[in-house]
Amino acid sequence: MQRTDTAPKSINMPKLSRETVVNIAVMAILLALPLWASSIGEDYYVNLASLITIFAIAGVGLNFAIGQGGMVSFGHAAFFGIGGYTTGIAAFHSFEETLFMAIPFAISGTNQMLIIWIVAMVICGIAALAIGAISLRTEGVYFIMITLAFAQMIYYFAISWPTYGGEDGLSIYLRNELPMVDAESALTFFLVCFILLLGAIFVSARLSGSRFGAALGTARMNETRLATSGIDPFPIKLTGFVISAMITGLAGALFAELNGFVGPSMLSWHRSGEIMVFVILGGVGRLYGPVIGAALFVLLETYIGEWTQHWQLLLGLALLGVVLFARGGVMGMIAGRARHD
Amino acid sequence: MTKPVLEVKGLHKSFGALQATKNVSLDLKPNEIHALIGPNGAGKSTLIGQIAGWITPDSGSIYLDGEDVTSETVASRSRKGLGRSFQVSSLAMEVSARRNVMLSVQASQGSSFRFWKQTKSDEELRETAGNWLRKVGLGSREDIAVSELSHGERRQVEVACALALKPKALLLDEPMAGLGPTGSIQLTEFLEEIRPEIPILLIEHDMDAVFRLADRITVLVGGAAILSGSVDEIRASALVREAYLGEEA
Repeated sequence: MQRTDTAPKSINMPKLSRETVVNIAVMAILLALPLWASSIGEDYYVNLASLITIFAIAGVGLNFAIGQGGMVSFGHAAFFGIGGYTTGIAAFHSFEETLFMAIPFAISGTNQMLIIWIVAMVICGIAALAIGAISLRTEGVYFIMITLAFAQMIYYFAISWPTYGGEDGLSIYLRNELPMVDAESALTFFLVCFILLLGAIFVSARLSGSRFGAALGTARMNETRLATSGIDPFPIKLTGFVISAMITGLAGALFAELNGFVGPSMLSWHRSGEIMVFVILGGVGRLYGPVIGAALFVLLETYIGEWTQHWQLLLGLALLGVVLFARGGVMGMIAGRARHD
Repeated sequence: MTKPVLEVKGLHKSFGALQATKNVSLDLKPNEIHALIGPNGAGKSTLIGQIAGWITPDSGSIYLDGEDVTSETVASRSRKGLGRSFQVSSLAMEVSARRNVMLSVQASQGSSFRFWKQTKSDEELRETAGNWLRKVGLGSREDIAVSELSHGERRQVEVACALALKPKALLLDEPMAGLGPTGSIQLTEFLEEIRPEIPILLIEHDMDAVFRLADRITVLVGGAAILSGSVDEIRASALVREAYLGEEA
């Protein structure tokens, strides 16, 4: 079956695509505003930028599952909350100078963020391995409902654990520490979050472009094709789910630091919905989409919320508009359809 | 006697009261094209599903190159050398033909759990995929999204994906469907060309192609293989004419 088609090869992408320009602009604004706010002594705005950044990291995590792997998890609050509780519990024991557990080996608390982040991500990874191993046997609506159910189980578990505040949550009296920098400073903490966001996006991009990413992307586009090409979809999807959860877990740990508090609300299904809103609003599968989504969400909540408590009505309308008219989210509206090679 | 590459023994499958596959046995020997024909509803799709691994048979076994693969997954059978194409092409539509074939190449090279190296700068991977596309005659169209390719071209991509896994046997489900006369002839020539390397189990409605290509034909009616023989035997059989060809005429 020889063919002699002479159709031109697809045109090479321009050096700087429109999406790249948007990405750079968004990140520049996100970095510049708190720098400026800090210089005029308005830490409130710096913290607001930190909140956007942290939510964006959570969104980058979920976006890896949805946008790359096609796994619409409605239970990512579980990982956000586990990340938060890891921070809270570590800080609690460090503050009280007690042990988290004594048997079979002693584990004390810590106030070192770097350790907490690693522990939080590992615990989230293990939780995601268990949740994913069961949930990924289903698809579509069932997958959504099972991930939701698991998150609710963890939510009720947190409520009924009085050692760590139960329904009242747990305060972190002193922000945990980082080596060499003063994490208590709002601007420093923002910069730490910003660097972690860049890291999360970078890791997400690298993974998406790797052989693993190619397999995960095919699991989203056509699972039959993946299996027919000799790659079992289940372990690929499970690995993607675990990575996604770990990124969202890191965001949870940072969120607890920012607020100096962890509570069951971090684990509630509202939170899962919010993280999904960041992803959908920004543009599913767009690397920097969650940054735009999280920024819009926080700004709407802060400014419209100041004006009326029914700000979510506006959020709902924005979401409706995006779903109806701009399937690629805000990023899709500004930068056009996603490109594939 | 040459050892069959693919062997199906005593396959049974029922869906409730419907017996979709009744004690079907067939084999595929090296260098041959074995055609499987039968009227609509004869149970061809169910049989293919069981051979490829999507459907678990109630009883019976499937051997690939002498190895029992009855309980293996679809992916595992593909890796062990069962290549296939679908009646309706099943590809990742959003990405290029090359990307689709690259996935098969990476699977044939082993693990997909490589997280860091970028596939777009992996020249060896890209080149290997490009070579397979050239082999099926799609060399000039390799970087076009599959969604923008014609039906015939998609089938070519599927075959390239299958070949990239270095299959021991090919399972082609109505490859001529939707091709048009020219495409049909091209594909027929191509299948002739690869027959010495890779034997083919061919499910096809296009009788001209079947009679031209097949070394052996098995007729499936009502879930059972009612007859198996050479092209001439099948042509001559009154039973087949009644069950199958009669309906076509």
